Amino acid sequence: MIEIDRITKTYGDIRAVDSVSMTVETGTITVIVGTSGSGKTTLLRMINRLEEPTSGEVRINGDSTLSVKPHILRRRIGYAIQGHGLFPHHTVGRNIGAVPQLLGWPRDKIAARVDELLALFSMDPAQFRDRYPAELSGGQQQRVGVARALASRPDLLLMDEPFGALDPIIRTRAQEDLRHIQQRLGSTIMLVTHDMEEAIRLGDRVAVMDGGHLVQHGTPAEIIAAPATDFVADMVGDVERPLRLLSLIPVAELVEEGTAEGEALSADASLRDALSACLWSGRGAVPVAEDGVPLGRVTLDAIRARAGQHA
Amino acid sequence: MTSPGVGISAPGLLFAVLGAAALCVPFMTLAANRIVAGEGVMAWGVASLPVVLPGLAAIAAGLIMGLPAGRNSLRIAGAALGVGGLLWLLTQGASGLLAEAGDYARVSPSVSFWCLLVVFMLLMADALAAMAPGPLMRGGVLAAVLAVLGAILWSGVLSDLSVMREFASRADAFGREFLRHLGLAFGSLAAAAVIGFPLGVLCHRLASLRGATLPVLSFLQTIPSLAMFGLMIPILGWVGANLPGARALGIAGIGFAPAFLALVLYSLLPVVGNTVAGLASAPPAALEAARGMGMTPLQRLLRVEFPLGLPIILTGLRIVLVQNIGLAVIAGLIGGGGFGTFVFQGLNQTATDLILLGALPTVVLALTAAIVMDILVELTRKTPKDSA
Repeated sequence: MIEIDRITKTYGDIRAVDSVSMTVETGTITVIVGTSGSGKTTLLRMINRLEEPTSGEVRINGDSTLSVKPHILRRRIGYAIQGHGLFPHHTVGRNIGAVPQLLGWPRDKIAARVDELLALFSMDPAQFRDRYPAELSGGQQQRVGVARALASRPDLLLMDEPFGALDPIIRTRAQEDLRHIQQRLGSTIMLVTHDMEEAIRLGDRVAVMDGGHLVQHGTPAEIIAAPATDFVADMVGDVERPLRLLSLIPVAELVEEGTAEGEALSADASLRDALSACLWSGRGAVPVAEDGVPLGRVTLDAIRARAGQHA
Repeated sequence: MTSPGVGISAPGLLFAVLGAAALCVPFMTLAANRIVAGEGVMAWGVASLPVVLPGLAAIAAGLIMGLPAGRNSLRIAGAALGVGGLLWLLTQGASGLLAEAGDYARVSPSVSFWCLLVVFMLLMADALAAMAPGPLMRGGVLAAVLAVLGAILWSGVLSDLSVMREFASRADAFGREFLRHLGLAFGSLAAAAVIGFPLGVLCHRLASLRGATLPVLSFLQTIPSLAMFGLMIPILGWVGANLPGARALGIAGIGFAPAFLALVLYSLLPVVGNTVAGLASAPPAALEAARGMGMTPLQRLLRVEFPLGLPIILTGLRIVLVQNIGLAVIAGLIGGGGFGTFVFQGLNQTATDLILLGALPTVVLALTAAIVMDILVELTRKTPKDSA
């Protein structure tokens, strides 16, 4: 559990982060979202003390981050940044093994961990471990950057706009990969982004920052359904609110008996996917199937009714 | 025009024209003694026609072989053949001309020889560059060229030449001044590195120190070399006279110490400047990541900044080494020794060949150092293999 306790950072007269408190449960993804200058990156960087808090403290599993030297603290906390920050003169394997090496792991344990992580990120270890970052695609570099941040099994993974440099298609895949890997490893992740779409897609909890203040902290559904301020409503986008809400709900929730024409959706597709399929093909309902076994159907009427409930 | 196997190489054509033109000026000089100005002898006049003909033919063939574009091996062979022709004319001419002259007569290569030598060297460099040799091959070529040069000098075929006579009468001094020259150039490089690297690292970390240091070093660099060597005389003279033990260490107004100190001062700007630039060349994202993963400042320096900046840092050392090999000649003026000794003796005696005895080895040394350092820079610039 990560406890952020009235943490504040001032630069001269400017309060970049103003007495922010929040709690992050172990094994969840918290996305901090805000515009530039909202203090979101400063908040993140105070957690591993790349910025020293002016006041307040952060506790990881009960221990204050102020109780150890900053560089020792950072070795326990994964850190992935926009543009990956890989060392261009080190191989992929040496990049991923950087923190374990700092921690003094034996060489064979590091090598095994590198191969394990590469496999986890769908990169063949034999093919990739001896390559240099410049020989990889942007998406591969980004995955290596995240793998490096996870190498020492950190208590917490901090990510600062990790997908910012990727094109939209690769970004969506990278977000899905991160979700899967997080679920498999049970990692605790705090991620900073300016993209509300990304926040809703990835976050178990979303924290909205504005002018150094934490203005709302809740589940994506809460943020969409009940924005705490006009600013949050703006970030969510009034026009897109119903669609964003539907994107959070799996079709499984609304499956009913019956059949429908056309191609089937899988059970973990969202209601937004179902709505889109209905509108595009002019159908009143779409079939739902799991591994080829029909489960039933989802009707346009049911989706409309669900969207009207505002969670 | 430059497609392989067809057409004429533009530089090759230029070399052929220059080479042909160079044959129209004197090839060797015959002088009554080592001081007086000599008389020029054309290439075809240095010996009897049957003797000079093979040499002239080799030069002509070499220039023609340099013409075809894309035939690099042929062009290199042409350059080698041409240099062979030059040596043939030089050796045959030297013995031939001396046989008919007095005891104190001296023969030297003249304008035509030097021009043709440069033309063939450029031809060889042009062809080699077109082959884009790797660092190891360049090292091999350099070693081969030096070995051939050494073999020619060792064999004694050039011993009739005036510059070699100057050498023969000073062989001991030459060896001593050679070592002295190396000591000045490499010693000042080492001293500048020992001072400059830590200073560069500090300047990299502290912007205020950088702002104060680099202008001072730039100013030192602008002092003309003669003035710098001259300035050292009163300063070190005072130190030698007034500081206990300084004289015992050899510190005095003239000699090795002031020359060495001047060279070190000249070396600091390239060393410190390139160290700062090299350390600053690491990508900011990589440095941010290094900090974020828990590297200490020293670890960041040694594992990220220094390895990534090494090519630029070595480029600084290359500048210093080549610059100091040249500048060390001036040290001869204040009794610092080195090849400059011969240059300034030669100037005083108006003995051109004695000047050459100091100048030619300096040029060879500087070129060799430049090529070796270039190879080192390239080796470090390639992504290094995992050594951990």
